[in-house]
Amino acid sequence: MVATAFRTAVVIFVAANGPVMTGSADTMKPALSLVGITRRFGRVTALDNATLHVQPGTVHALLGENGAGKTTLMRIAFGLLQPDAGTIALSGHTRKFTSPSAALAAGLGMVHQHFTLVPAMTVAENVALGGRGRFSMKEWAARVQEIGQRTGLVLDPLARVSELSVGAQQRCEIVKALARDVRVLMLDEPTAVLAPSEARELLRWVKDFALAGHAVVLITHKLRDALEVASNVTVLRLGKSVLSTAAADTDENALAAAMLGSIRVPDSLKSAVDEVTTRDELAGADRAALSVPSISKSASIKHSGTFKTETARVVLRLNNATVRDQQNVMRVNRASLEVRAGEMVGVAAVEGAGQHELLRVLSGRLVPSEGDVQLATRIGFVPEDRHNDALLLDRSLVENVALRDAGSREGRMPWHALQRATITIIDELQVRAGGTDVEARTLSGGNQQKLILGRELADKPEALVVENPTRGLDFQAANAVHEALRAARAAGTAVVVYSSDLDEVLSLADRVVVMHAGQLSEVAADREIIGRAMLGA
Amino acid sequence: MKHSSATDKSSVASAGVRTASIKTSAVLGALARVLALATVAVVLLVVLLTVTGQRTGDALAALVNGAIGSWYAITSATLVRAVPLALAGLAVSLAFRAGILNIGAEGQLLAGAAAATFATLAAPQLGVFVIPLLLIAGCLAGAVWAGIAAFLRQKLGVLEVISTIMLNYVALHTVGYLVRGPLQEPRHVFPQSFNIDPRAQLPVIIPGTRLHLGFALAVVIGVALWWWLRDRAGGFRLRAVGTNARAAASAGRIDVARTTTVAFLASGAIAGLAGATQLSGVTYALYETISPGYGYTAIAVALLARLNPLGVLVAAVMFGALEAGANAMQRDAGVPEVLVSVVEALLILLVLAADRWRTRPERKSTTEVGA
Repeated sequence: MVATAFRTAVVIFVAANGPVMTGSADTMKPALSLVGITRRFGRVTALDNATLHVQPGTVHALLGENGAGKTTLMRIAFGLLQPDAGTIALSGHTRKFTSPSAALAAGLGMVHQHFTLVPAMTVAENVALGGRGRFSMKEWAARVQEIGQRTGLVLDPLARVSELSVGAQQRCEIVKALARDVRVLMLDEPTAVLAPSEARELLRWVKDFALAGHAVVLITHKLRDALEVASNVTVLRLGKSVLSTAAADTDENALAAAMLGSIRVPDSLKSAVDEVTTRDELAGADRAALSVPSISKSASIKHSGTFKTETARVVLRLNNATVRDQQNVMRVNRASLEVRAGEMVGVAAVEGAGQHELLRVLSGRLVPSEGDVQLATRIGFVPEDRHNDALLLDRSLVENVALRDAGSREGRMPWHALQRATITIIDELQVRAGGTDVEARTLSGGNQQKLILGRELADKPEALVVENPTRGLDFQAANAVHEALRAARAAGTAVVVYSSDLDEVLSLADRVVVMHAGQLSEVAADREIIGRAMLGA
Repeated sequence: MKHSSATDKSSVASAGVRTASIKTSAVLGALARVLALATVAVVLLVVLLTVTGQRTGDALAALVNGAIGSWYAITSATLVRAVPLALAGLAVSLAFRAGILNIGAEGQLLAGAAAATFATLAAPQLGVFVIPLLLIAGCLAGAVWAGIAAFLRQKLGVLEVISTIMLNYVALHTVGYLVRGPLQEPRHVFPQSFNIDPRAQLPVIIPGTRLHLGFALAVVIGVALWWWLRDRAGGFRLRAVGTNARAAASAGRIDVARTTTVAFLASGAIAGLAGATQLSGVTYALYETISPGYGYTAIAVALLARLNPLGVLVAAVMFGALEAGANAMQRDAGVPEVLVSVVEALLILLVLAADRWRTRPERKSTTEVGA
């Protein structure tokens, strides 16, 4: 029996480590090659002959709209899905992964967009998860610490994941992959949930990690991030790899054009490119603001036509509102704010600064423990976690629309009227859906978000509070959301928008308030000033 | 972005047409389901009978005769047995629809039966009006019994799965005490209560059979619940809370605590009613064994019906038939009743597995990418 076990162990060892021993000729081969990958789901072709070569020692950005097939491609590489056609090669050796553990054993790691940690367990336990044999807390804690020292991803191995900040959870996800000695690391939208400072830190780390000889695939929506850290860029569109180039040979405009493609109508292409140029202008404005410390200058950049706010009536008013959480920790500290009809107020904050609670107070979802609140009666609310807080995923679109007034409705459900209202929302916001009776789950993220926005705006609310409204959405969907928000403002709705993407706040808001450690303060709409206020500097 | 408008509209229109056809096909589908399940049940039974070396033909004949072999078998055996299963099944499905895992229908049923027994003592004063009194008493007792678990859940965060199971034992032993103490029959010999006053017995709704008023109550409550869940704002709130309580609170601004508490109490009330009707319609006296696990079988009935109240009525009749048949099988062919329990359990597993299979992850990822 011992002999058998030993033989098995040897076989496993050889299988797991085979490619490593094949010598120096491999160093010239791509660390990861995906060639001609095709994958269909029913009638939908998610990937159509997609190809990706990732060189060792580089960061490779994988760009594309939502639904372009980025995540599907990575899931195939990671063994979560099988391709219908095409080959996967690691360092020139063709491989076939039937499970993530096989991919991990071969040195291929993936960090998913949504965290896959067990909140009740410690960091060390989470990192050990998926391993075999005896578990020793001591050994794994030492392992986590060793990885922290080696890579700079420092974590307390004995801390519970539920007590970690989002940034630390992201580090924990990466450490989990690193503990398996991966040589190719695939990161799916790693900065999506991070505050700007944390995101920058992560991207810097990614670059260093690659320079140490590893290969990194970075899936992202953010062109600027991609160009900043990646040596090479591949763009997927409708499942095809349409552009593969060195980052140095391209720019944001070219990438945006490749992502959107020529088959789009000129309008949307134009608006997408417009957004890119707007961002460039904003970056320019930052530089201007550095030399000319003028509040009025930066404020006058935007929305010169829509300012009537001094005369419009106040729709939302907070006076010294204080929120304490269940542990009696003060989340919002004596915040005062007035929002008037027809204006859009941006909220900027780093993760966990109290903006979550502030938005819920403003939308009437949370009653502050102290302070005075005067709110309009009809307030729309678009929370960031749409799956948990906004949608009944297993229910029809009509029932999701019906949810809007469910709390106060009496008597019969007007299903026919609700069905018509749903059709109106689908038409006006261009929601792509297979009818009004399909489950909300079947919609893509962008279309779910459009449905939610349409629902919250359906009764022309006096106020609308939105939280990370374009998280995880592609260009087109994000643009549609932005247009809807601007249209609501133009129609006289008081809009409060929070986004972890500061550029998004700046491009939308008439004025900006900053949350820092529960304190709310109004600042000039200037990137530099806001950035410093967010950090409490 | 405007170019797709026309196609979107036509797809919505065609979806409307599809909706109509889906609704007719849903009815046909439900019928097909029931038939398929009945077939599977018979096949399973044949296999079990053969494997255990019984005389398959005789046993099956006894089963079918006992369940649907005659007018009397249908009304007085099958349908009478279906009544407590239907009421308790409705109680379970209402709670489950609201996201409350009420495993305590058994205890709530016993509480209802005990309270109804007390209520019958008022028969000399009230005459036949004691019947509404005992039904209401049953409902209230069931609601109170569920209310203990609802309170623990709401105030202290105690999982209702645990508290309701525990309360089942408390109810069982309380009834055990009552039938040996305050409610024991006059001669103080048997562990059972006095026979209830004839004026407190539920009227028979079809002359010449044992089918009592409880059956009509179950049907009325089933249809009413179905309509209420589908068409009333309160029913929609309950379903929304059961589907996703967080979204119901945030997007729907629904008072989740209130909705779940009301659903929990209503569920207990219906289960309590099951106990009251069983006492005053069938047993006419309180026993410790007044419920051979109706409250647990009701969970199976509710799941088999996918928590649809109309489906619960059908599933309850099906289970009633199986149990009536099993009883006859044991009596006439000497086959142990427990074989039918095995069939019931296998049916539940099959239905749950089929539901899981229908919504398996691979399918979900397909639709996500397709959208």
